[in-house]
Amino acid sequence: MAEPLFTPEEQKKFDAGIAEILSHYPSDRKSAGMLPALRLLQDLKGWLPPEGLRLVAKNLEVTPERAYEVASFYVMYHLKKPGKYVIDVCTNLSCSLWGAEKMLAYLEQKLGLTAGETNDKFTLRETECLASCGTAPCLQINEDHHERLTQAKLDAILARLS
Amino acid sequence: MASTAKAVEPVISAAWGKPQSWTLDSYRSRGGYDGLKRALSMEPAAIIDEVKKSNLRGRGGAGFPTGMKWSFVPKDSPKPKYLAVNGDESEPGTFKDRYILENDPHMMLEGIAIASYALGVHTCYVYLRGEFKFQAERTQAAIDEAYKAGIFGKSLMGKEGFALDCFLVRGAGAYICGEETALLESLEGKKGWPRLKPPFPAVVGLFGSPTVVNNVETLASVPPILAKGAEWYAKLGTEKSGGTHLVCLSGSVNRPGVYEVGMHTTILELIHDDKYGQGMPKGRKVKAVIPGGSSAPVLGADELDVALEFEALKMKQTMAGSGGVIVMDDATCMVRSLWRVARFYAEESCGQCTPCREGTPWQTRLLRKIEEGRAELSDIDMLSNVASSIAPYPPIGLGNTICALGDAAALPTHSFLMRFRDEFEAHVREHRCPFGDRPWGSFGDWS
Repeated sequence: MAEPLFTPEEQKKFDAGIAEILSHYPSDRKSAGMLPALRLLQDLKGWLPPEGLRLVAKNLEVTPERAYEVASFYVMYHLKKPGKYVIDVCTNLSCSLWGAEKMLAYLEQKLGLTAGETNDKFTLRETECLASCGTAPCLQINEDHHERLTQAKLDAILARLS
Repeated sequence: MASTAKAVEPVISAAWGKPQSWTLDSYRSRGGYDGLKRALSMEPAAIIDEVKKSNLRGRGGAGFPTGMKWSFVPKDSPKPKYLAVNGDESEPGTFKDRYILENDPHMMLEGIAIASYALGVHTCYVYLRGEFKFQAERTQAAIDEAYKAGIFGKSLMGKEGFALDCFLVRGAGAYICGEETALLESLEGKKGWPRLKPPFPAVVGLFGSPTVVNNVETLASVPPILAKGAEWYAKLGTEKSGGTHLVCLSGSVNRPGVYEVGMHTTILELIHDDKYGQGMPKGRKVKAVIPGGSSAPVLGADELDVALEFEALKMKQTMAGSGGVIVMDDATCMVRSLWRVARFYAEESCGQCTPCREGTPWQTRLLRKIEEGRAELSDIDMLSNVASSIAPYPPIGLGNTICALGDAAALPTHSFLMRFRDEFEAHVREHRCPFGDRPWGSFGDWS
């Protein structure tokens, strides 16, 4: 038998989370909870495994295709298991004017990854504007934001990631 | 430049940087929720009139008069009405709403409460871009405080029989969801494909019900209007645009950041004044400025003595947009800059309309070819043609697509070509980027 998707603990969190999400919408609009439900699943599992997508769809009373359609539209959902740390580097205009392309090149060299690639520990991605243009250059690591990055600051942040 | 620009008394950013400014206690100690108190003693129609008289215009990009938007909601609708807050802040160069959420979220929540009471709304959804984790935590904490204090919930700050629920929803990484109908689709749990308009959301919005969509800063501007009066607010601004506004300064300036300025403040003042940008890095000159987020047509160095305000920028065939001012200095390659902007729109096109879905990557390919010195002169004409097929220019707003993302993707191309065509041609002539391996100049710590 395949391993179950959730541990009992995770199952409890998932069920409570879904109930909370559905309470925010009219009772005939369960499908509106799709984005928060996918986030809930990703927070529990680190990504969106296919059986998880089916479970979300069942809870929101839509087809699994619908869950997949939404999951594949938004860049923050992981349809493949990412590295332990997902590093999103903004290279948009304001960040590039403060050296973001060079910062990305430095990261690529330091991590031995090209933007878009994943190894066991890291997923490195180039991303779009993160609303830190005034504190450029910036990046996010698993949704935690880091701004006004210098090489020394970046090295210190990376050193803390075990 | 010394500090010669006329300073304004901050309306929105007054508490930023003060200890615990994001808490309800702090907000109340500054007269917070006094505007709501006054609103609850008024007729809903009178509140809408007050906002109309204030000349408040939407701060999300389009600059539509807020009171008028509110007045489009049918009063006799049998369906529930909704308020959706647009906190999707994703336009490159724009980073102001996050500071409201981080520093003074109750200001927006009070605006939500006032708007909801005026409109007869009992459910509000605050939609924040997915990347705003910290901002979402802080906003949720403020919402929780407001419930606990009896502001939200069964009776709106003690108003018997008027319930107001407020729910926070996080997006998941899609620029298009800042477009108001795409935002509604996303709130309904779908991919963010914009809807055809009309019908407008005020009539058919969330779940098919009348819905007002307002930007974070717009709603945060409402409490002071109610507390101090529309006349006072209108007087702070120009004839057609009331109040003060937040502008986001980024790119090649010494002190980038968010500044609250009067509508009269010019781009030159914003860049050079000691209160704001404090000028350019040593030895550099301004080459170009994008005045309202990356969608706004670029201006050249000789066009910057213009107020950062809807009407003044419209006269220059550009726009105030979302307040994102991006400065490029004379060491910056304009082809490289436009290529980067074009890549953004290609990445963020939702894929619904052919001109945008096909045109945005086409622009990107042509720009890469030019930047890498592989293009011919005819490629520049082709680039112009592709942009025109998405949306001709001028004027702004002729796009061939369902939503304004098409215009947003074409306007930079048109305006860069209009003002810096010689630089594009130099790339073709020299078969390389004239800026060599330093297309961004050498500014900041990574130079």
